[in-house]
This record gives sequence, structure tokens and C-alpha cells, in this order.
Amino acid sequence: MVSLDRLDKIAHKARESQRACDHSVNVCTAAACQSAQSQPVLNALKQELKNAGLESRCAVRSVGCMGPCAQGPCISVEPQGALYGKVRPEDAAEVVASLSTTPVERLAINTSTPFFQRQTKIVLANSGRIDPEKIEDYVAANGYRALLTALTERTPAEVIQEVVKSGLRGRGGAGYPTGLKWNTVAKAAGSQKYVICNADEGDPGAFMDRAVLESDPHRVLEGMTLAAYAVGATRGYIYVRAEYPLAIERLRAALRQAARQGLLGQRIGDTEFNFDIELRLGGGAFVCGEETALIASIEGRRGLPRPRPPFPANYGLFGCPTLINNVETFANIAPIVDQGGDWFASRGTEKSKGTKVFALAGQIVNGGLIEVPMGITLREIVFDMGGGLPTGKKFKAVQTGGPSGGCIPEAHLDLPVDYESLRAVGSIMGSGGMIVIDDGQNMVDVARYFMDFCMCESCGKCVPCRVGTAMMQDLLNRFCGRQATSRDLATLRHLCEVVREASLCGLGQSAPNPVLSTLQYFEQEYLDAILGKGRSNGHASP
Amino acid sequence: MPIGAIKPVAPSEDKRWRIVHAAMRRNGFRRDALIETLHTVQESFGYVDDISLRYVAQSLRVPLSAAYGVITFYHFFSLKPPGQHTCVVCTGTACYIKQANQLLQCAEEKLHILPGETTPDGLVSLLTARCVGSCGIAPVVVIDGAVEGNMTPERMTAQVTRWRDGQP
Ligand SMILES: Cc1cc2nc3c(=O)[nH]c(=O)nc-3n(C[C@H](O)[C@H](O)[C@H](O)COP(=O)(O)O)c2cc1C
Ligand code: SF4
Ligand code: FES
Repeated sequence: MVSLDRLDKIAHKARESQRACDHSVNVCTAAACQSAQSQPVLNALKQELKNAGLESRCAVRSVGCMGPCAQGPCISVEPQGALYGKVRPEDAAEVVASLSTTPVERLAINTSTPFFQRQTKIVLANSGRIDPEKIEDYVAANGYRALLTALTERTPAEVIQEVVKSGLRGRGGAGYPTGLKWNTVAKAAGSQKYVICNADEGDPGAFMDRAVLESDPHRVLEGMTLAAYAVGATRGYIYVRAEYPLAIERLRAALRQAARQGLLGQRIGDTEFNFDIELRLGGGAFVCGEETALIASIEGRRGLPRPRPPFPANYGLFGCPTLINNVETFANIAPIVDQGGDWFASRGTEKSKGTKVFALAGQIVNGGLIEVPMGITLREIVFDMGGGLPTGKKFKAVQTGGPSGGCIPEAHLDLPVDYESLRAVGSIMGSGGMIVIDDGQNMVDVARYFMDFCMCESCGKCVPCRVGTAMMQDLLNRFCGRQATSRDLATLRHLCEVVREASLCGLGQSAPNPVLSTLQYFEQEYLDAILGKGRSNGHASP
Repeated sequence: MPIGAIKPVAPSEDKRWRIVHAAMRRNGFRRDALIETLHTVQESFGYVDDISLRYVAQSLRVPLSAAYGVITFYHFFSLKPPGQHTCVVCTGTACYIKQANQLLQCAEEKLHILPGETTPDGLVSLLTARCVGSCGIAPVVVIDGAVEGNMTPERMTAQVTRWRDGQP
């Protein structure tokens, strides 16, 4: 039976074997680095160590995302403290030779820059430090301690209280207070309850959840199990995108390991508590990120949203009370239960607590994954941490919230990042995708891109969204082809309002956001298209 | 199983049907295992044809119309056999900002097909995806399952030429 003592033993053993080596070289094998050929680098390092007779003195570990994805493959060397980027198998010998001297300057990434220094890591604390395929590594990093302590020493109500105190809000987009949601599910009547982890990450241009799943899957499992204990659920599902094969593979391995250690299944930690988790693969439909559509999909049906209420908290999977949270939300739970809600709430702003993981992409120098305290400004993220735009490109806007969000211009860059401020300027926090757009980009074209996305992904259940997105797409095509009239502009504005007000689910309700925000800040580009003076890149959609 | 239900037999002797059967059995032949099972079929056979769909629908006692509705709803499933090679151009936001359109255009011109189609000789299937989650190295193309970052039209062209020459 698993107990705190047993965890101590596992942790002790893992630390001992780590300590047995003088050095450790950590190679990122998460998706981005893997596609930059990190596996051959890992193999080459092993071979070089063998050649140098240092196999027993230096461990080579496969770890998760370290952040600077655009510079992959990344490796780090401990205890030397070096971080290397764009490493190639040929560099292995040099890295090995430098183990007991100074780091290889040619490959080094400077970690004293704001990109690293401004980060506060809670969700990503283990990411890039532990081997995601080894439960021992997670346990050695204090993993599953919060769960076992809670099971034996705290009541479900106390766990919920801690989450309420933390002020944590849902990281899947809408920012609903997590503690409040848990309370509702806990109070809902029903003997069978479910916990679902939303790992559908449909926002094109966001990869935070993927990184968490690939770098620290046990953290998500522990968060879900704590949630199940708190709300009284006995079964859990992780709904993960089929497009993330590595995340799926690592989740499967993590589930097997946790079950083998007795951290999932019957009588966890020798208590009365039983909990099991199953994986469900998505089918590439964006709308399935919406909670009621996601439930329909797990039930094996087409992912069509349904009107709420009843909310899933009362009537969810198979008609039972169901708790749905996002990957990052669950990843915050173990630290909150372990270190206390007050500790978590001491970070961030008054209404948005803690940290947020952002995926920086687009026209930016330091693309990658960052975790920052809420309340940091967009300017700090884009220019200080992100290093601004590549030479020769000028900042135009930053897009947050994906197809449900908006484009924020230079004038609002000093805005603190929190749920309310972003909403006030016509965007949303969203799940954390942040895409920097340069001045070579036509904003009407950006709006059309997102409208095309919403039109293709509309499930077709309700008319305002199904027909409205197609009509708006048609109008935007006319703007991009410089064929628009001023009446078209009026129609576009009107449609935005209709679709927003009359659509059934969040997809339709927020589909006009990219148009509205570009209309608000870049209206001239729409007007230019009417006069036939604008420019548009990219070819017209069929 | 209710009275009167016929137990469907696998469409052929192919061993892969055992994997599909095992997936259904693992889920107790429940209806909600439909999507799971279709994933298994696609993983085993590369696509889901009429015969497979019928077999799965009957086994799980899902009306064929409902099963057809499901499989056409989810983009991930393919009803046609894929080409020998697949080329998936990411058209997610990060890749779009990094000119993924040019890559797609290049692939369309070189292969003379549109996204979702396979060359008549069955050599290459061209597909698009909405973000494969490697936005840090955009623009991204997935070539035969391997993610390739910072893609250029030149490299795309070279890849197509290699395929034509019978190389991987
Ligand atoms: C069209 C649409 C797509 C969504 N996609 C996602 C998604 O990919 N991941 C996610 O966690 N939440 C997504 N959501 C939000 C979920 O419906 C839900 O609010 C969220 O999973 C709740 O978890 P949270 O409270 O932890 O944020 C989406 C919502 C809509 C309307
Ligand atoms: S708003 Fe769009 S996606 Fe949502 S239910 Fe209506 S048609 Fe479907
Ligand atoms: S947008 Fe192409 S990988 Fe994310």
C-alpha cells in the first residue's frame, strides 16, 4: 500500500541514484525539441560519455520543456548550471569534455536575461528538470505528497477551502473561480460523479497544455485525483487531442505507473477513496473544447454543445455531476494543497491570482514557453522577455485568446495581464497563446483568418453561428479583395452583434471578437479596402 | 447482449481486426466506445472505410447513420486510404503569421492536388492541421509523422522531388 513512508523511500532512492553521479546532462525530449532532433543528441551524449569512460559519473536524462523552444534542441548541465541551445550530435564531445571545466560558450544560452529572470514557476516548476516518464523523479520532487497528506489528514471540504482561498481561476479561458466550481460539484446530488481534464487545447497557436502534459504528466494526474477526492468523484477522464501523440504516450505511461504504485485505483493510500482515470482522444474538432460538446464526445457522439443550464456541475457526463477543468488549472492544484492557498494568493493581482503560462510565438525573437506572475505587462512579456521582434520587423499587435480573442495594439501594451484588463481592451486571457504580429501583416486578413477558422469549426447546430460566420467570412473576403463597399462595413458590424448575442455556445458568441478588435484598433485598414488602396497578403480562400 | 442481436463477424481474416475487437471488448462493447474504436481502426488500417464503419457500428449497436454522423464530424478521421507519404501543413495562427500559406501553395503546385487529396498515383496525401503544438518553431510541416520546423518552400520542393525519386 502506498503511504507517505513509501513515497519517502522512492524519493530517497531516486535522489541517491542522482547523487551517485557527479554530473547530469538533461536533454529536452518534448515535442518541439524532439522535432529539432534532440534524440540523436541524447544518443551522441551517451556514446561520448562511454568513450570517455564517464558513464557512471554523469547521467544523461530525458526531460521536458525548458522554455526557449525556438532554440531547440536544448540541454542543461548540472551542477554546472549551463543551458545550451541548438545543440547538434557533433557537439556532444565538446559538452562532455567541458563537464568539469567551464561551459561551452559557443552553445550557451544566457540565462541572466529577462526571459528567464522574470519567470515565476509553479506550473512549470518540474518542467525540464524531471524525467516525465519516471514516476520516481516526480516523487523525488515532492510529488504525490500533497495527495497522500490530504487523503489521510484533511477532509474534502478542507481541500476545497484551500483552493477557494488560493483564488485560482480556470486557465481554460473563461476564468471561472475554481474553488466555486468544486464546491458546486461537491454539493450536487448523485452517487456517481466524474472529473474531466480538458486537454483539447484547440486554440491554434497555443502549446502550454501540451508542454505540461509532455513535461510533467503526473502533476496533472495528482491534481485530478485531489479534485476527485474533494468533490467525491470516482472516475476521471482526460480528453486529449489526437494531434498530440507524445503527450498521449506519456500520459499512458504515467497512468500505468501511478496505478502500479497504488496512487490510482482502489483504496488509494489505504483509505476508502477509489479513483480511476481513462484517456479519451479527441477527433480534431475545435468545438469539443467547449465543455458540453466535450462531454458529448466522451459519450461517443458528435461534439455538439447544448444550452446551459443545466451546467455540467449538476448534469454532466452520462447525466452525472461532473467537474471539468483545464490542464493548467489541475497542474496548479498540488502546489496549492501542499503550500496553502495563501501562498498562492500572494502572487498576481487582486482578482487574478498566481501565475499564467504563455506560449510566445509569431514574429518574436525568443519564442517559447514562459510562466509569469499575473499582472506583468504585455510590454514586459513581448519586449523584455520575448526580446521584441526580429530585426527589420516592427510591432503591430499582439493576439491573445486565439479565435475567441482579439488583437491588442501598441497603445495598450502597458496593460497588466489579468482576466479583467484583457477583456476591457476587447481581447481575452484565453488559454495562453500569445502571437506577435508585425506591421507587414494586414489586419483585415488576420480577422479573415480567424473567421475562416470559426466558420470551419462551427458545429452547425445554431443558425447565427453557422450562417453568420459564413456571411462574415464572405464580407471579409470582399475586404481582402478590395471589393468592399461602405454598406459591407455596416453589415459586418451588424452581423458581429447578431452572432455574438444569438449564438448558443462560446464558439459563436466569441467568433466576432477578432473582427471587433481589429475594427476598433485598425479601422483604417478596413476603410482602405473600401477605397481600394489596402494591401492583402495570402491568397483568397476558395 | 439483448435477445435477437446478431454478433457481427470481423470483415476478414486480417489480424488487425483482433486489435479492433480487443478495443471494443476493453470498453465492454458500450456505445460510448465508438470514437475510441474508430481511432483504433484508423491507427491499424490508416483509414476507416465503409466496411469497418459497418462492423464497428453493428458491434456497438450504434445506428449506422449515427456512426456515419460521428465519423464525418471529426476531421481527424479519414474515409479514404492515405497516400504512401503524408504531408501535413500546419495552418495554425503562429504558422499563418510565418507565411504557412506560401508552403501550402508550394505543395499544391508541386503535387497538383488540393488539401485533403491524394495524388492519383497514391504517392502523397496533402493535408492541413490547425496547430500541431510546435508553434515555437513555426512554420511547421509534418512529414510522414515527423514534425519539421522552420520550413521553407525550398525544402518542401526538395522533399517532393525526393518522394518522386522513390526516396524517403
Ligand atoms: C469553442 C470553445 C473552445 C474551448 N476550448 C477549450 C480548450 O481547448 N481547452 C480548455 O481547457 N478549455 C476550452 N474551452 C473552455 C471550456 O469550455 C471550459 O470552460 C474549461 O475547460 C473549464 O476549465 P477551467 O475552469 O479550468 O478553465 C473552450 C470553450 C469554448 C466555447
Ligand atoms: S455557436 Fe456555433 S459551435 Fe456553438 S452550438 Fe452554435 S453552431 Fe455550434
Ligand atoms: S500554429 Fe503551427 S504549430 Fe502551432
